Amino acid sequence: MTRSGRRVAGVARVAVWGIPAAFLAVFFLYPVATILVEGLGGEGVRRLVELPGRGSFRSVAWFTLWQAVASTVLTVVVALPGAHLLARRRFRGRALLRAATTVPFVLPTVVVGGAFLAVFDRFGLDDGPLRLTRTAGAVLVAHVFFNVAVVLRTVGTFWEGLDPRAGEQARVLGATPWQAFRWVTWPALRPAVAAASSIVFLFCFTSFGVVLVLGGPARATLETEVWRHAVARGDLASATAVALVQLAAVVATVMVSNRLQRRRAVVQRPVRRAPLPRAGRGLLAGNLALLGVVLGLPILVLVERSLRHVGGRSGGGWSGGWTGGWTLDHYAALADRVNLLPVSALGALGNSLLFAVAAAGMATVVGGLASVVVVHGRRAAARAFDLGMMLPLGASAVTLGFGMLLALDEPPLDLRSSRWLVPVAHALVGVPFVMRTVVPTLRSVDQRLREAAATLGASPARVRREVDGPLAVRALAVGAAFSVAVSLGEFGATSFLPRHPDRLTAPLALFRLLGVPGGALRGQAMALAVVLMLLTATAVLVIEGGRRHAVRGDW
Amino acid sequence: MSTPPAGGDAGQRHAGLQVEDLSVAFDGVAVLDGVDLAVAPGEVLVLLGPSGCGKSTLLRTIAGLERPASGRVRWGDEDLTDVPTHLRQVGLVFQDHALFGHRDVAGNVGFALRVAGAEADVVAHRVARALDLVGLAGFEGRRVDTLSGGEAQRVALARSLAAAPRVLLLDEPLGSLDRALRERLTDELGVLLRRLGLAAVHVTHDHDEAFALADRIAVLGGGRIDRIGTPAEVWAQPGTVHAARCLGHDNLVALDADGGCPLGRLGDGPGTVLLRADRLVVAEPGQGVAATVVAVARRAGRPVASLSVGGLSVGGLSVRVPLADGAAQPVVGERVGLVVSDGAVVPLSG
Repeated sequence: MTRSGRRVAGVARVAVWGIPAAFLAVFFLYPVATILVEGLGGEGVRRLVELPGRGSFRSVAWFTLWQAVASTVLTVVVALPGAHLLARRRFRGRALLRAATTVPFVLPTVVVGGAFLAVFDRFGLDDGPLRLTRTAGAVLVAHVFFNVAVVLRTVGTFWEGLDPRAGEQARVLGATPWQAFRWVTWPALRPAVAAASSIVFLFCFTSFGVVLVLGGPARATLETEVWRHAVARGDLASATAVALVQLAAVVATVMVSNRLQRRRAVVQRPVRRAPLPRAGRGLLAGNLALLGVVLGLPILVLVERSLRHVGGRSGGGWSGGWTGGWTLDHYAALADRVNLLPVSALGALGNSLLFAVAAAGMATVVGGLASVVVVHGRRAAARAFDLGMMLPLGASAVTLGFGMLLALDEPPLDLRSSRWLVPVAHALVGVPFVMRTVVPTLRSVDQRLREAAATLGASPARVRREVDGPLAVRALAVGAAFSVAVSLGEFGATSFLPRHPDRLTAPLALFRLLGVPGGALRGQAMALAVVLMLLTATAVLVIEGGRRHAVRGDW
Repeated sequence: MSTPPAGGDAGQRHAGLQVEDLSVAFDGVAVLDGVDLAVAPGEVLVLLGPSGCGKSTLLRTIAGLERPASGRVRWGDEDLTDVPTHLRQVGLVFQDHALFGHRDVAGNVGFALRVAGAEADVVAHRVARALDLVGLAGFEGRRVDTLSGGEAQRVALARSLAAAPRVLLLDEPLGSLDRALRERLTDELGVLLRRLGLAAVHVTHDHDEAFALADRIAVLGGGRIDRIGTPAEVWAQPGTVHAARCLGHDNLVALDADGGCPLGRLGDGPGTVLLRADRLVVAEPGQGVAATVVAVARRAGRPVASLSVGGLSVGGLSVRVPLADGAAQPVVGERVGLVVSDGAVVPLSG
């Protein structure tokens, strides 16, 4: 190799770890550090000490905690029978059920909020004695919708790996099915349930969009409080204090969650799934019906609402006006400017798509490079990157957005008016998804394959190009699709960021449309939600398709 | 101990386990196809067959873990076919023992008693007795992941015995152990089963294990029972080629259309016959049929000669003959005579 060639190789090697490291440091670590510094220095610490004395803060903290606990318990209770069915039983529609459980996980939070508003309205739950709109109940139901998939997937997969013979042995020894579950299967399952619960708890604890749309002003969590102080009121000092409390709570939860997750080890073994016994048909039917109601109904009602005329009365809630016939008017109206929004809904969708592409591009480059470090780098570097790049995903959206708002708003880095800030925030969340797809794929390249190639005379670089390359490209494409889905739906961090009204994203536009009590804009809101849903669903289809082609992922 | 009637299932009996015309299908593919069995209390029936022949499925169906497509499972006059597993009073020991990892040895062995609601001191007493029975007295407090393979298997056995089952089902319980340990445990298991007087069904693919344990052997093939009888009966008359192979017979000889083979005419037409190794003798050249020694080896410590009859080419025949120990052994390449005594040729079907 020539001297200049060597210099190029050296520069490339530095870029491989330097680019991801710089990206993380500037856009995540620096903003978080700013929250810490501002929150703990002088004025900040005074606000922080005041916080527990305030009744409003105490009630917000209490609500944040109990709704997260209640959501977690509800989710596990709803998901466990389904996890059993997926892990142990054969029935028609099993593959469909499995696929369906991925959908809510990637739906944008605001879309789900809108869908539940539509359901409550459709069935008269928006008013009267059974009112769910703007109650804690609405928040809990939506959290179950989002997180059932998490429990079904993680616990279901673990359950599949458990040896069914232990349970069968218990049955042979005289245990009823319930006793066998209670005394043999459940103790074995408990670590996986604990791990899944801790993740669900984290999601619910840091839930933002759902709470904002469905909870109403009286149902504030720490996350929405930060937003209310910072964005709605412009009181950055108060926002910083609450954000600091939130950050501490999240770090504690993540630590517990990591501990719980480390304890689970899945040994996969091929198991012949038993057909469903007659007695189990009722359970299956009941469970599928419940999952159908929780997962399917909101989406169906959302689609229906987007296709119905808004006729008749306009005032007094919007339930009365939806008896009209079928129409595509709401979709046509997406192109119209409304007073509420600086751009048309269609314009917001265009912004979102642009941001998504930009974010996916950045996430792919950064995540791809970081993956190379994780797989091929030295141990310490690999561990640091593996952990560090995951941080933005573990941190709440508000920490991310508010940190950027605080840190990147003034010199030395004044990026807030830059059109790149939103995609950068989205890319931070997308990188972990890219890495979780690329790293296992690279690792899955059989070491013996490399050795075989080497003994056939291929240099290490050649091996990487010929063996790792093609696989990595596919994994990167799947990771990029993940980033697109994440970016399209990202609401929490984005709601802190755009100063420039023209760069409104679709979820933000949807949030504003949903905030109008009258019926006039609801149809348009529903249509926008459906379009957003279809876009993310497309990204998910790409992901599922890619995964079927030998791309591995830790999902 | 009862001496069961010879041969197949002889008519109606009203004690012990009965399996009648049992068929099981997975996804429309028949795994068991009309199996009949009877096992009397105190009898050890060994199911012998290659992997995938349906042995384990038969056990699981008897235990109620699989549903039969048709047929009945009975205990005496009691029809168990629709009785749920936990009410059947059967014991099942799996090959990889399926111990409950989150419980200690006592917790495993006493499981059935606690499920049945027994008092703690009763449980402790019966656990101690069951552990004593399998030679693990004092193991109560051990964690199951600290047990050796043999110990784990004994704990699994004790766990099943502590439940006081009417039928004990053993699904290759010794299959995961190394040979020496397996042979020792086979002997111990035989003694134990006879002492307990349970009806036992033991599944294995190892014919040595089958002969060591069985009161009767049933050879399973293609989801059906090929041959059933006492060890001596099935050894002398395997009935089918499949059964002869499963039972460990070496010398299966294909006959041509006229019933001929390099040893002469052994039948009336095409087919396969078994040459019983104990009726073959290696003799001086000139006696019997001319043969060449191609190998002399020891199998289970006893010398065995492999002879080639009619040359090494295609169409030639290879026969294994046990040699008398101590006498002068033939050497490889030596020409000898192979004497086929009366009763050596056993016709087989299939």
